[in-house]
Amino acid sequence: MTATLAAISKKTAPEACERRVAVEIRAISKHFGTGERRVTALRAVDWEVYAGQMSMIVGPSGCGKTTLLSVVAGILNADEGSVSIFGEEVSRMSDRARTRFRATHIGFVFQQYNLLPALTAAENAAIPLVIAGWSKSKAVDRAREVLSSLGMGKKTESFPNQLSGGQQQRVAISRALVHEPSLLVCDEPTAALDHETGLSVMELLREAAVKPDRAVVVVTHDNRVFHFGERIAHMDDGRIVQVEDKGPFRPASAPSTGGHD
Amino acid sequence: MSWIALQMLTGDRAKFFGIVMGLTFAALLITQQGSIFCGLMLRTAGQVADTTGADLWVMDPNVLHVDDVKPMIQNNLYRVRGVDGVLWAVPLYKGTARAKIDNVEGKPRQVIEQVILLGLDDSSMVGAPPRDRILEGRLEDLRKPDAVFIDNNRLQKLFPGLPKEAYLRENYHKFLGKEIEMNDHRAIIVGVCEASRTFQSNPVVYTTYSRAKGYVPMERKTLSYILAKAEPGRDPEKVAETIKRQTGLGALTGQAFADKTIDYYLKYTGIPINFGITAMLGFLVGTAIAGQTFYNFTLENLKQFGALKAMGASNGRIIGMILLQATVVGLLGYGIGVGLAALFGVMSKGGELAFYTPRILLPITGVAVVLICILASLLSVRKVMVLEPAVVFRG
Repeated sequence: MTATLAAISKKTAPEACERRVAVEIRAISKHFGTGERRVTALRAVDWEVYAGQMSMIVGPSGCGKTTLLSVVAGILNADEGSVSIFGEEVSRMSDRARTRFRATHIGFVFQQYNLLPALTAAENAAIPLVIAGWSKSKAVDRAREVLSSLGMGKKTESFPNQLSGGQQQRVAISRALVHEPSLLVCDEPTAALDHETGLSVMELLREAAVKPDRAVVVVTHDNRVFHFGERIAHMDDGRIVQVEDKGPFRPASAPSTGGHD
Repeated sequence: MSWIALQMLTGDRAKFFGIVMGLTFAALLITQQGSIFCGLMLRTAGQVADTTGADLWVMDPNVLHVDDVKPMIQNNLYRVRGVDGVLWAVPLYKGTARAKIDNVEGKPRQVIEQVILLGLDDSSMVGAPPRDRILEGRLEDLRKPDAVFIDNNRLQKLFPGLPKEAYLRENYHKFLGKEIEMNDHRAIIVGVCEASRTFQSNPVVYTTYSRAKGYVPMERKTLSYILAKAEPGRDPEKVAETIKRQTGLGALTGQAFADKTIDYYLKYTGIPINFGITAMLGFLVGTAIAGQTFYNFTLENLKQFGALKAMGASNGRIIGMILLQATVVGLLGYGIGVGLAALFGVMSKGGELAFYTPRILLPITGVAVVLICILASLLSVRKVMVLEPAVVFRG
């Protein structure tokens, strides 16, 4: 598996000089609350995410990782600064336009999977297509194909409560990829999983999600999966304190050559 | 998205049934209590509706309702007959009498029962129930000596203790010829008819006007009502106005008198308030159960709604999902509730319970259920409207 992944990563990871900026964040600040209760979650953050890479945001709890991911995904407005995704300035869009943009360009993987318990795996995975206006039957057929490609072909008609945590996260990844988004955002995708399952989910993400025309951003505090990140932003107290550019993915057994920035 | 909404709704069976049951309860209570109320109100005017052949009821001007008999002097009958536009006018006696029955089914047993005594015009029999409601005997037999017709609904009250089959229609003939005492006067049953149940639920006994006067203590005034017919081509309401103007008596069409009777019960008894409170309680309890369950259902699915919003579902589509869910449970609750109320009505048919469902009651119940659904879903919609999709990133 790791050999295959290494081969895939060699094929898909672009050279540093050819890197295409997928997400560009400039001077983003975000505050919550007012008066004495005002909390600054992000302080003038600058960052770029490149297509064809898995980028990670890491740092201690409360450092602003999730807030930054929410801003990147266009589901939270920043108070200051700008966010562009593949050249489209999301921060200047109206709520309606941003909602439409998310529906077509962004895939989500959540820590708690957020699968609808009343829907089967295939129906859950089909949701983004349904939101995009596909008919149920076509959307579910397409979702079945994606689930099969992620090794869930025999579980397409299972309900979430009939699936293990790892299987549920695979369904969530299928749901995130079914509409071929250009940006995939993953919030702690391994937090609810044991180590082995977490690794397999990350391998799956790496294998299925990272493509030359797609950027993947993962928020995690699980240092056992850091080696999957090709570009890692370390956050502390609302700032990015260090960006590690580790280059193409190498399996955990092969140590990283270190950062570029 | 609608199939997602429906599967979310029915996915949690317990909650789904909880919401539907709340709405069913509300719809059932509103329809059932409303029907009982309408049935009771109709009973108050039942005797007006039972009286056929006449267009107009003429009475003392101070009469408030059909049971509020204020006897008039006999001369008024002739005065009414002299009014322009009146084709004919006949007397009607309405009062109460004491019926005594000895040796029920040959057993030494005595029944004394207060009855409503109706005395019909001796010659025309105007005021009798319609022909199709004469169940046994012939109306003409009332002209026989001491003859009375009795009301089939109260046979059991007058002749208690008989086997159930004795009160069935095919056995009504067995009551013919039986002797009863009306205020110590002999009376012979010559027929059984179907009379509308009255508000007081007393048995109704029909006889002729002259005989009815004989049953009751001697009084100067015995004319309870005058039943009159307008000449062909004359508007009965206008003729009633003429009677009022020329005689100083009260005169109403049958429908107007029935309405006046119902109005009296609505205004001067606490009945509408009592039923209104019960129907309101049904509405409130239904709202509380359905609203609370529906709101909890939304709260439990808030993260899922948040996920849908994050994935690009607009507020409008999610609100559409909630409204669809509310509509489905509303329709189910309404249908089951009204159906159960109808079943209740069918089961109680022919019994003591007053039950009448006017068509207007169904849309009223529908509006109440819609209101409950709107109230229940408003809370949920508000919650979803203000929901930040970023909530899905909070583990």
